[in-house]
Amino acid sequence: MIQVNGLIKDYGSRRALNAISFHANQGEIVGFLGPNGAGKTTTMRILTGYMPPTEGEVTVAGYDIVEESLEVRKRVGYLPETVPLYNDMTALDYLRFMADLRHIPNSEERAAEALENVNLGNRANSFVGSFSKGMRQRVGLAQALLHRPEVLILDEPTIGLDPNQVVEIRELIREIGKDRTVLFSTHILSEAQQICDRVLIINKGKIVAEDTPENLQSRLTGAQRVVIRVRGESDDLPAKIKKVKGIRAVETKPDGSIEFEFSAGQDARPQVAKTVIQGGYDLLEFRPVGMSLEEIFLELTRDTSTGKKSS
Amino acid sequence: MRNIWTIARREYDQYFISPIAYVVAVAILFMVGGYFAFLLFYANQQFGFVPEINQLNDLFAFLLLLSIPALTMRVLADETRTGTIELLLTAPVRDFELVAGKWLGSFMFVLTLILVTGIYPVILRSQVTPGLDWKLLLSSYLGLILLAGALVAIGVGFSALFSNQVTAFISTLAIFITLWWLIGIPANVLTTGSEFFRYMSINTHFGSSINQGNLELSNLIYFFSLIAVGLFTGTVAIEVRRWK
Repeated sequence: MIQVNGLIKDYGSRRALNAISFHANQGEIVGFLGPNGAGKTTTMRILTGYMPPTEGEVTVAGYDIVEESLEVRKRVGYLPETVPLYNDMTALDYLRFMADLRHIPNSEERAAEALENVNLGNRANSFVGSFSKGMRQRVGLAQALLHRPEVLILDEPTIGLDPNQVVEIRELIREIGKDRTVLFSTHILSEAQQICDRVLIINKGKIVAEDTPENLQSRLTGAQRVVIRVRGESDDLPAKIKKVKGIRAVETKPDGSIEFEFSAGQDARPQVAKTVIQGGYDLLEFRPVGMSLEEIFLELTRDTSTGKKSS
Repeated sequence: MRNIWTIARREYDQYFISPIAYVVAVAILFMVGGYFAFLLFYANQQFGFVPEINQLNDLFAFLLLLSIPALTMRVLADETRTGTIELLLTAPVRDFELVAGKWLGSFMFVLTLILVTGIYPVILRSQVTPGLDWKLLLSSYLGLILLAGALVAIGVGFSALFSNQVTAFISTLAIFITLWWLIGIPANVLTTGSEFFRYMSINTHFGSSINQGNLELSNLIYFFSLIAVGLFTGTVAIEVRRWK
């Protein structure tokens, strides 16, 4: 659905995107992660036809982004980061205007329906200028969904929302993503972890990692970690666990729990469990922990910056 | 075509919630109406003076010159400032359709103002014998409409060029004043090429031609060219903005 090959974008002499390539299939939710200024918005603006690329080949829904820009724009729903709305229009009028621009028949009906979908049906005739940040965000999302696009591009869709709304929007995205392609950017890592099928991590105009959230975790650490907790004293337990074959590290946490790490290829969990039980401890908890995306993210973005310095 | 109409309709509606548009409308109609009342009063005092609509439209044209920059300055500059331009540029709408729609909407607003003054010929008809000079009347109004179309097109073009309303206003006004007076000056001084400068002046085509009842093909070509140049400037400005 989205195919990007060697995409380069220069702003004057500054290179914002440095030959990035990625793809997104139908029915896939792809998360776009990166620090501010990494090139997320630039990429999205190119995909939506707002600005042309300097170099590279980009097709969306089978159409070339430069040669067939109008065809692409017909098939893409876009929520820009700034959520541009006309403050002097009512929510309904605004959506009807956007529906008319997209030649949607029965634009008024469809606009009302779109407002219902984002739970703003009761505010249809209020001026957008009086809306809260979360409501504006939802109007913007309704606008992006009006024409039931094949590809949905959302630039930080959950920013500035309260926790309930965040959950709602995430669910909406997951729902939409079942049969359409969704590309959304965020810098909240747990969000990407929750809803994405695949994560692209971008830093300084380059894609530094691309994989499922789970694979990213295991690929980066090459190890798995487990936390255990027992009742009562456990002073000598870490030493015992350390002796188990395949254990790479054992650590006692300040809260009394013990965290151990073992090589991915050698599952030490059964042996550790046996050791704990045979040692006469009451096992309360035995839980795998992954390296969080947060840590992966820090690692990746730090790596590229130091890598650049040395080159 | 349909997109042009959609954008034009929104732009037209927008004028009726804009305070600037109301101020401009009230000021223009107040001054034109006042002048009309004065003409009638003077005609009653001065035997042999017959007021004509084109005297009124001379003033109207001058007021348009001053006020259209204020009407059109926000048209595209404000979309850039608020970011809504991103919405329009990612909708399936051609850049030209966007600019033409913006022009048409503003033009329709000015037409509405012109339409309101349509009451004056009706009043005048009941006051003068043997009635109105219809050829002059129609020519005068056609001239006013063409002039409005051309000025609005230039204003929209300049609004697309800048992201700041004040900049758009000043530069539009500067161009208007140049086309109205300044460009005619070389025509009086030069021996060669004076024809060109005379042709470029709005005055040649409006004040001393159409508004005197002398409608010529060259007048039409002039005003349509200005409209084309204005819309072209706007479209190119949008295109350039994309590449920046």
